[in-house]
Amino acid sequence: MYEHDVIVVGAGGAGLRAAIAAQEAGADVAMVTKLHPVRSHTGAAEGGINAALRDGDSWEDHAYDTMKGSDYLGDAPAVEALCKESPEEVITLEHWGMPFSREEDGRVSQRPFGGLSFPRTTYAGAETGHQMLHTMYEQVVKRGIQVYDEWHVMDLAVSDEEDPSERTCHGVVAYDIQSGEISGFRATGGVILATGGMGQVFDHTTNAVANTGDGVAMAYRAGVPMEDMEFIQFHPTTLPSTGVLISEGVRGEGGILYNAEGERFMFEHGYANNDGELASRDVVSRAELTEVNEGRGIEDEYVHLDMRHLGEERIIDRLENILHLAEDFEGADGLTEPMPVKPGQHYAMGGIETDEHGATCIDGLYAAGECACASVHGANRLGGNALPELIVFGKRAGYHAAGKDLGEAEIPTGKTGDYEVADYEFEVELGEVAGSDPAAADGGAVATDGDAVLSATVERQREFVETLMAREGRNHAEIRSRVQRTMTDNVNVFRAEPGLKEALVDLREAREAYQDVAVSDPSRTFNTDLIHTMETRNVLDIAEALTMGALARNEFRGAHWRQENQIRDDENWLKHTLVSWNDGEPELWYKPTILEGENKTYEPKVRSY
Amino acid sequence: MSTQVPKQTDESSENATDAETTVPSKGDARREEKRRRAAERREERQAEEAERAAAAEDTVELKVFRYDPEVEGKQEPRFDTFHVPFEKGMTVLDALMYSRDTYDSSLTFRHSCRQAICGSDAMFVNGTQHLACKTQISELSEPIRVEPLPHAEVTKDLVVDMEHFYDQMHAVEPYFQTNELPDGELDEQRQTRENREKVKMSTRCIWCAACMSSCNIAAGDNEYLGPAAINKAYRFAMDEREGEEIKQKRLEIIEQEHGVWRCQTQFSCTVVCPKDIPLTEHIQELKREAVKSNLKFW
Repeated sequence: MYEHDVIVVGAGGAGLRAAIAAQEAGADVAMVTKLHPVRSHTGAAEGGINAALRDGDSWEDHAYDTMKGSDYLGDAPAVEALCKESPEEVITLEHWGMPFSREEDGRVSQRPFGGLSFPRTTYAGAETGHQMLHTMYEQVVKRGIQVYDEWHVMDLAVSDEEDPSERTCHGVVAYDIQSGEISGFRATGGVILATGGMGQVFDHTTNAVANTGDGVAMAYRAGVPMEDMEFIQFHPTTLPSTGVLISEGVRGEGGILYNAEGERFMFEHGYANNDGELASRDVVSRAELTEVNEGRGIEDEYVHLDMRHLGEERIIDRLENILHLAEDFEGADGLTEPMPVKPGQHYAMGGIETDEHGATCIDGLYAAGECACASVHGANRLGGNALPELIVFGKRAGYHAAGKDLGEAEIPTGKTGDYEVADYEFEVELGEVAGSDPAAADGGAVATDGDAVLSATVERQREFVETLMAREGRNHAEIRSRVQRTMTDNVNVFRAEPGLKEALVDLREAREAYQDVAVSDPSRTFNTDLIHTMETRNVLDIAEALTMGALARNEFRGAHWRQENQIRDDENWLKHTLVSWNDGEPELWYKPTILEGENKTYEPKVRSY
Repeated sequence: MSTQVPKQTDESSENATDAETTVPSKGDARREEKRRRAAERREERQAEEAERAAAAEDTVELKVFRYDPEVEGKQEPRFDTFHVPFEKGMTVLDALMYSRDTYDSSLTFRHSCRQAICGSDAMFVNGTQHLACKTQISELSEPIRVEPLPHAEVTKDLVVDMEHFYDQMHAVEPYFQTNELPDGELDEQRQTRENREKVKMSTRCIWCAACMSSCNIAAGDNEYLGPAAINKAYRFAMDEREGEEIKQKRLEIIEQEHGVWRCQTQFSCTVVCPKDIPLTEHIQELKREAVKSNLKFW
């Protein structure tokens, strides 16, 4: 067993920032991460970090833009924390040597981004995430923070009181990928989940293969609700074979979208008569899929993004990296042929329910970054708002877990205050398949002492691995691809009741199939078959909760579109979706969104630009 | 071939999982049986695969290095053949993932982002270091031979032990240092565009270790810092925000016995770098800087 004051799970932007903060606050902190820190998907972020740094800009304007972009599903205390603290955090990164792009006078550059009233997106070329990730990892090396890398966290050690809000998190159980060792990591102060996105729930995503939402699923099963999971951002221009993102810059420079018949469909089919290709991400994504669904897609799958008319000189000058991406990842030469593109899952607005300090309803359990939902993004995230979320909330969670007093949080967590249980009958059985879950079959292990809770959790996970290794059965890849296919077919950009119901049926079948899953690689050394099998369980839990929320929410808000009700319905739906695992019988409920800020109330307005 | 397979360890290390757990011998027997069946299945699968390949029209043939220190039949390194249906745009990583998910779930390799930024999947493809995710199948001659990075110890299949690489990266004080931060909390340090441009390429390193693996000097001198670590030192030494005093310290680090002077400018690192970093030039420039600074003190 290993012991530290604070354990950070995941070592991307949020995790690194949390670890640094916890150490600054005096804690003995360690990071447990299934990837070496520099492999984290924060590195793939291109755009930038929104921060009100300059004269003429203010955190209040940034907060207003963020609230509007969220379609009023952001919570003001979290949004305002983000916008107030982002400038200081950006300067801290600069002081740590991050190589930002520069202005003539030597100050850091900022550029305009969609949905922003001021050019406040601070950037380092088109590789802001990479630079941020490496800069913070450098600080972790400098400070000598312990990193257990290539340790996959399997489960949280949480006590099992009836009411999740009375439970305590005492640590985590992790699997050393290198050696096969399963060990407990006792956290006397707190556990911070910073496990990133969950794009692997879909079969076409810009997310990494490792983005299986492990932290979200673990917290969920331990009793923390998942919040606003149905809000998924899809990016309209991703390469069909890999999901690699082709930046909005191509359309910004004048790139044109064509269907199989050579029509400029954004105009010719009337999707966006004013903005055409430059309409917002969700509009373009839906247009592309409509073309494909109506038989005008290429190979029934994608559309073409053509930039040839811009001329070689301009393309090489401004879009050179796009040429490399299209060539390296799709084998397409953007100078001589149009590039194939289709919408792909890009970002999860929802996640582990937390307050504005990153704390969950379980004592000692925190979450920050894409895996968390405070919520700063509500129903739709603005470009440039993901990276500041990592550093602002990573720092807050790190401080709080290390015992620093951040004052009373305003955002309630768990079933406290004003909440309502959903009045929705699901026609399919949900949650745990009866009598088969080793993690839940704890047979009255009512330990309350931290060490005892942890040892019991370690034992359960050891048994689980033994079972998976010993038995014969199905391969996880088959189950995972069933989940990904139904999610992309039915819970994608277009959502309609019949498809969503079908998805829940498919997910149920996949869950039942998972009961027979087995690992065929017998090795204890670097057994990725086993790791992927464990991840697939997380993918299943998340897919189900996400679909439940999407089926119940019969309105069009932000990234969530419903065929049956294509308007934002504030009267009925200005509220957060929550799904609780409820010991294996998932429950859907709602809580109000907090629109009262420090100095003002954010009145819902039409989200038009 | 210089792929390094560690010496066989004795049987007892296999259950090193945890000395405290008493694994019932029944479990051992069961696992043994499972291993035997796994070997059988593999043979069946390979037979099926050969049939499938013969029937299919457009397939690519991969010969993939296999090794596992504890699994019977894999302790001696071997090559397995996989036939993968070809699709336009397919990369070496796509073909490996297809092989794993369709034919053999024990096929092991690191990969994550699939877009050449996480640096996990550098390997030796047809005799050169490549990132599997950004290497198009259509540009390679068949059969495609996929091996782990040379000059690193093989953990399993295409996975190598990265510890030595990380140690070298950490050896150059790979973090920003300055004695001159601005006073105001919200004041940034100024940096000219030219200076930012100067360090730009060096900051693109993704720690994939392709350069280290390609370097003959690193192969012969285990203590040589290697191209990636020296490039990291360059990134800071050339950053005007650090100041002269710290630059001197950095030059001392890279001038040590196993530092820049070991480089014989063979350019192999520069050739294989998937991020096009001019590594050899950076090393040369540091040599010049070191000479200049030494002259100053004469």
